Amino acid sequence: MMGPIVVAFTTSTHDAVTIHSGGMQLIPGDNLVPTYTAVLFEEGGFTKTVTGWGMLINSTILGLGFAIGKIIVSMLAAYAIVYFRFPLGTLAFWVIFSTLLLPLEVRILPSYEVVQGLGLLNTYTGLILPLIASATGTFFFRQFFKSVPNELLEAARIDGAGPLRFFWDILVPLSRTMIAAIFIIMFVLGWNQYLWPILMTTDESFYTVVRGIRQILQVWIGSNIPDYNEALALAIVAMLPPVAIVIFFQRMFIKGLVESEK
Amino acid sequence: MYKAQFTTPIYPYLLLLPQMAIIAIFFLWPSAEAIRSSFFLSDPFFGSETFVGFENYTDAVTRSDYMRVAWFTLIFTAVVTFVSLAIALILAVAADNVLRGQGPYKTLLMWVYAIAPPVAGLIGIMLFDQHIGPIVRFVALFGWEMQVGVDYWDSAIAMMVVATWKQIPINFIFFLSGLQSIPKGVREAAAIDNPSPSSRFWTIIFPLLAPTSFFLMIINITYAFFETFGIIDVMLKGEPGNNPVTLVYKVFLDGFRGNDLGGSSAQSVILMIFVLALTIVQFRLIERRVHYV
Repeated sequence: MMGPIVVAFTTSTHDAVTIHSGGMQLIPGDNLVPTYTAVLFEEGGFTKTVTGWGMLINSTILGLGFAIGKIIVSMLAAYAIVYFRFPLGTLAFWVIFSTLLLPLEVRILPSYEVVQGLGLLNTYTGLILPLIASATGTFFFRQFFKSVPNELLEAARIDGAGPLRFFWDILVPLSRTMIAAIFIIMFVLGWNQYLWPILMTTDESFYTVVRGIRQILQVWIGSNIPDYNEALALAIVAMLPPVAIVIFFQRMFIKGLVESEK
Repeated sequence: MYKAQFTTPIYPYLLLLPQMAIIAIFFLWPSAEAIRSSFFLSDPFFGSETFVGFENYTDAVTRSDYMRVAWFTLIFTAVVTFVSLAIALILAVAADNVLRGQGPYKTLLMWVYAIAPPVAGLIGIMLFDQHIGPIVRFVALFGWEMQVGVDYWDSAIAMMVVATWKQIPINFIFFLSGLQSIPKGVREAAAIDNPSPSSRFWTIIFPLLAPTSFFLMIINITYAFFETFGIIDVMLKGEPGNNPVTLVYKVFLDGFRGNDLGGSSAQSVILMIFVLALTIVQFRLIERRVHYV
């Protein structure tokens, strides 16, 4: 399974001419530092305004904004649905549920038009908010809240805790592992977004690193000896942060996956 | 299920407000718009619209290129789902027998999970590149001149290989945790009753894994439908030409390149109905499984 990634890395440490004449390389070359420096800090693209580093920052903003935004919004909503009895509760539940049915990809064109109409093209808001509109997080939290024993709430109410106090002092601390697991899943999901950023960002200074891959291919088509090394280096750079997060939090992540299965 | 609840009147609405606002603006509105414009023929140059009823639908479904894309999507989804599940199951059974799951290769598999589809596509296209691709060189030894990006089925095979590779790890992790949750007692009882390991696997272990498999099947179908967009786009270098694409890719092509808003919307709505059916199956399954546990 790891083979292609290793070959991609070793090949990226050679120069383009070697790769062009000799094929992909299994043994690391001596071009590691120049290639990766070029990918990270040299200004590329058509307008020469974007560096690999800048794209990494954009990806981080997208990943963090998406994960944190989603957790806040969906925790509040799940709290309302599980712990409150109110007339429109069932309706709200079904509206939220309906978003699970349709991924952004199937309504991509009208979503683009809406975001364009709101003047949000090439903004972080426009990049992040439409992705948050799917309520997967709400359902993870709803399932989790439903498994919290009733006695906790009853005890808290006897002690005179109101809804906000119960939420902050009991529910949030209790959900810590759940929050962490969802954070990892959502961060990776946000970081790896591709189709939406392609449409949303025409201004290169808003490119994410995954989006940047498409650009590098288009430069590649025109040249005589394609920059295989730089393309592969960018791929390695693009995969490192999500991989690092997943591995670092592996235990929690598996727990989250297994729980989400229910 | 009984759950003690608050009856405070305003709080729940305030708590729901952010979620509802986002859903209304970025989900309900565009979805309604997709359904509406699927009934209109729009002129991209003058901005005028004519009501055409179901014409966009009949037009989309009867066009030969749509059927070709639909067939390809079906084959692509079936192959990716079946092969990645099969390989993941074989790997999971092997891993389960050897060391009951604790191992560095679990970490290694996690790597592949976390990679973005377009990144996988980029690595894939290098492996299948005319000049430098080791896979192309390898199959050339058997007399197969592979031309990804030029030949329809060569591209299709390359895309399936990359999409499958990317999906095996997640299936593996689920299968492995499914296998490890089978109680030891069950295995020992089975071992006493039935000496043949393979028949033991098919009669005892595999049925116990069936809920996991079904769940994974739906996850994989969704993956093959939607998330492979990045793989396909990168492997075709954004220039599909005469190459294989999936239905989701076609929605994108017709809407943004072809400016066929009505046709693209009609295709979106067809996809919506399909996903809707799939999700209902999935949700019913999930709800039922909650009762077991």
